[in-house]
Amino acid sequence: MKRRIAIVLGLMIFATGASLRAETDEEVEAHKSVLDLTGAFSNEGFKLRDGHWVGTVSPKERTLIAVNLYAGNQYWFAAAANEKAKKISVDLFDENGKQVVTESYNSGEKAAAGYSPQSSGQYFVSLGLLEGESTTFCLVYSYK
Amino acid sequence: MIFPLRCLTIAWLAGTTVAFAAETVSLPPDQLAKAIKTDSLTIPTPGELFAALQKPGKPDWAGQYRTPIPMTYRNRAQIALNLGGLIADGFIAVEAQDSQQVKNIGTDIIKLAKALGVSENVLSRGNSINEFAENSEWDALQEELEATQNEVKTSMQSHSDQDLVILVSLGGWIRGTQVVSGSVIKNYDEQSAKVLRQPAVVSFIHSKINGISEVLRNEPLVKSVNEQLTEIEKLVAFQPGKVPTLDEIKKLNAAVTKLMDDIKSKVDSK
Repeated sequence: MKRRIAIVLGLMIFATGASLRAETDEEVEAHKSVLDLTGAFSNEGFKLRDGHWVGTVSPKERTLIAVNLYAGNQYWFAAAANEKAKKISVDLFDENGKQVVTESYNSGEKAAAGYSPQSSGQYFVSLGLLEGESTTFCLVYSYK
Repeated sequence: MIFPLRCLTIAWLAGTTVAFAAETVSLPPDQLAKAIKTDSLTIPTPGELFAALQKPGKPDWAGQYRTPIPMTYRNRAQIALNLGGLIADGFIAVEAQDSQQVKNIGTDIIKLAKALGVSENVLSRGNSINEFAENSEWDALQEELEATQNEVKTSMQSHSDQDLVILVSLGGWIRGTQVVSGSVIKNYDEQSAKVLRQPAVVSFIHSKINGISEVLRNEPLVKSVNEQLTEIEKLVAFQPGKVPTLDEIKKLNAAVTKLMDDIKSKVDSK
């Protein structure tokens, strides 16, 4: 638990990889919210990757984030937005742009997609805002 | 794979949905080309790679150790590349559940990080690594290594060393690929071999290196690494669904081993 708190604080302090600017309140809120969601995965042995993406997603738009997955691993991609979003989606596409069948979880401004690739390579996580106003999303992923 | 049971219960109570997506769509290439690529999500960590490798059976992790590398580098690009490789070594020691090896590598990581002038936050990670190693807290150690790598990168950015960040990731990827290909050669099986298909990772790293300052890109080591990556990109571009043969993996291992040797070998400092 102590470790998890430290990681959460660390993630909130450091915008890893992308830039050094401080996260906005909306970004912090979305980040905190998605980490709440990923707690369930940790209990199932999934390791949370220490990295995240935050950005704005608009209605009826698709935001794609490229990831590279390994055959044999299991993954959960989890996203959360703040309350301006009423319903969001997380989908996954293979390197040819074909949507893959995932296990999915949707709960208003939180969503997740689970997948076990048979082929290693590049995949694309798609974030969608199905209902609500343009707002900040945060994406993280877990693996085991 | 089943969504964690506790979540299912929560979802049912909240009237939410947990299901398998049934309808599928396709995205055009121009839309895929616009996808966001970030160092922090697009390049897998050594931990992810090693997790996949041990699915068919636990590899001989200790058999993948290497002799300690020099700590006297003065060239910043070389330090960054070796730092990435050392962090991958840390993941190997964690997988081997070898406390002493983790502590040794943790000490070396901090030495190299100091040479780059990173922040005190990073240096304090060394104590945490030792503490977790003493207590055999392997999951926590893996998190700590990942966090150390990210903090090193963050610190580099704040010291205007943004261009070195990709070199840390690259060092980790090369060392990870060397270890996995070496392990698969020792005990070939199709499931493990499939892990080595990762053309987009190399392509992304390549594009990032092509975007760094011309001065850094033209340093002899960086230039050589970049040229060798072109060949390595071809060696990891297996067709989807095709299992790499033992010969193909041997070729890949030879290429990444040569690259690791070049990165480790001392060059004239700049």
